[in-house]
Amino acid sequence: MLKRNWFLIIITLFLALLPCTESRFYIFLGTDILIMGLFAVSLNLLLGYTGLVSFGQAAYFGIGAYTCALLMKKAAVVFPLAFVAAALAGAIGALLIGFFCIRLTKIYFSMLTLAFSQIVWAIVFKWNSLTGGDTGLIGINFPQYLDSSTRFYYFTLGVVVVSLYILGKVVGSPFGRILATIRENPERTEFIGINVKLFQLIAFMISGFFAGISGALFGIFNHSLFPDLLYWPMSAEVLIMSILGGMYNFLGPAVGAAVMLYLRMLVTSYTQYWPLIMGTILALLLFFFPGGIVGFLKSQRIFAKGKR
Amino acid sequence: MILTVEKVKKSFDGFIAVNGVSLAIPKGEIWAIIGPNGAGKTTLFNLITGHIRVNEGKLTFKGIDITRMPPHQICRLGMGRSFQRTNIFPRLTVFQNIQAAVLAHRGKSFNFFKPVDSFFRDETRALIERVGLKDYGETVSGTISYGFQKQLELGIALASEPELLLLDEPTAGMSVKETHQTMELIGRIIREKGLSLLFTEHDMEVVFSIAETVMVLHQGRLIAEGSPAEIRGNLDVQKVYLGETR
Repeated sequence: MLKRNWFLIIITLFLALLPCTESRFYIFLGTDILIMGLFAVSLNLLLGYTGLVSFGQAAYFGIGAYTCALLMKKAAVVFPLAFVAAALAGAIGALLIGFFCIRLTKIYFSMLTLAFSQIVWAIVFKWNSLTGGDTGLIGINFPQYLDSSTRFYYFTLGVVVVSLYILGKVVGSPFGRILATIRENPERTEFIGINVKLFQLIAFMISGFFAGISGALFGIFNHSLFPDLLYWPMSAEVLIMSILGGMYNFLGPAVGAAVMLYLRMLVTSYTQYWPLIMGTILALLLFFFPGGIVGFLKSQRIFAKGKR
Repeated sequence: MILTVEKVKKSFDGFIAVNGVSLAIPKGEIWAIIGPNGAGKTTLFNLITGHIRVNEGKLTFKGIDITRMPPHQICRLGMGRSFQRTNIFPRLTVFQNIQAAVLAHRGKSFNFFKPVDSFFRDETRALIERVGLKDYGETVSGTISYGFQKQLELGIALASEPELLLLDEPTAGMSVKETHQTMELIGRIIREKGLSLLFTEHDMEVVFSIAETVMVLHQGRLIAEGSPAEIRGNLDVQKVYLGETR
């Protein structure tokens, strides 16, 4: 445990000192990684901890992004309020969608999460008067006090660290342990006296809450929103990040996000065949290191064996 | 009566798995259900624990109508069960398996922020010891032997301090030695705690050694009920069951 804490402190220090490079490129990449990292960890509460392969995570991300942006732009709501509203909207969206999805299991469950997220996408895509439809929502500005990429980076870092701290507490709590028993064996969990569907629904809401936060950050970071970020490839991408990094480790998905975004940045500057390279990496990983990057490193005992 | 089953019926796509079964188990007694494969034993168990719903009939546990209750509520009323195919949490340790059941039983599963490791350490250890897994607390449960996994399952069931225990073939797949040890363990726990037990079993010797009352299920119907000696002497039973397997 001690060694693991040191590792976390080093990572946090590294992230805190990143803007000292004064490189716009790294600050941009760092912000992107933080946002997508939180998004991936929020998905992994369902994927790795509860055993629910949600294929519609983009919905809550998008709901958060549009809620925050629309409130600020169209209703002149101050940023802190809009930001909290985005998280709540993500949780409520997840509650509504989850309510139906948890009634199904396995592949049917995954397909239903996909279907619902596509419905949300279609609404955003078609509701021109509100969301701007395909032309998107342009001109979402940083709130005044965050009006530089460095400031916004620190704000994002703070939000992500606090969010991950809370999520980490949750997965290490009795509630988190019950989620793990549901992943391992829902039938048995039901007969230790647990209302499995209720727990799954709460996990959905927590996941949606943090996906909503990451979505809100994403919208402001990009100064614009397009319906694309709710489209299914977004859900697939965050799933890939989680699996790439390792879904049986708390920070695995964030590591996956970092590796994927960094590689993409690197590869796309040389060639347009990024999807081909990504596909190859993923295929090799699934065959040889099914535990993902973190799972592999752990099995090599490069890190102390921390607790899941 | 701790459990009563009245004229319970269940069919799957026209196949009648359980056909009008009635039984009543008094508190503190050990009852066994025997019957050939496909007789409907596991289906009957699943009906009692709410994992599947009855088509007809009524189920009462401790005087409470449980016919339409979901499994988790039935469990919380004080019914524990094990499953025929071993049913544990394979990637968690033995300790974590049992601790989860204690957490659920003590109503701590809605605690979101305190570290889980600090909960019910002593209770969990006591249970682990009780089911004979003292040295395996920190072992990942999916890696221990089949017999041990069955013992672990018993521990999970006991963690919710049930008044009625339903065990579906508690010694299935065990060696003769393991079978004896396990039945001895179960018998001891049942007597110590004054629990009621309903179990299914293939091994006749096991059934006759521990059960006070034996019921015979055949093609979804109860065809006999009585003491082990009576069942042994029953010609119908010999025809449908004992004769076939021996």
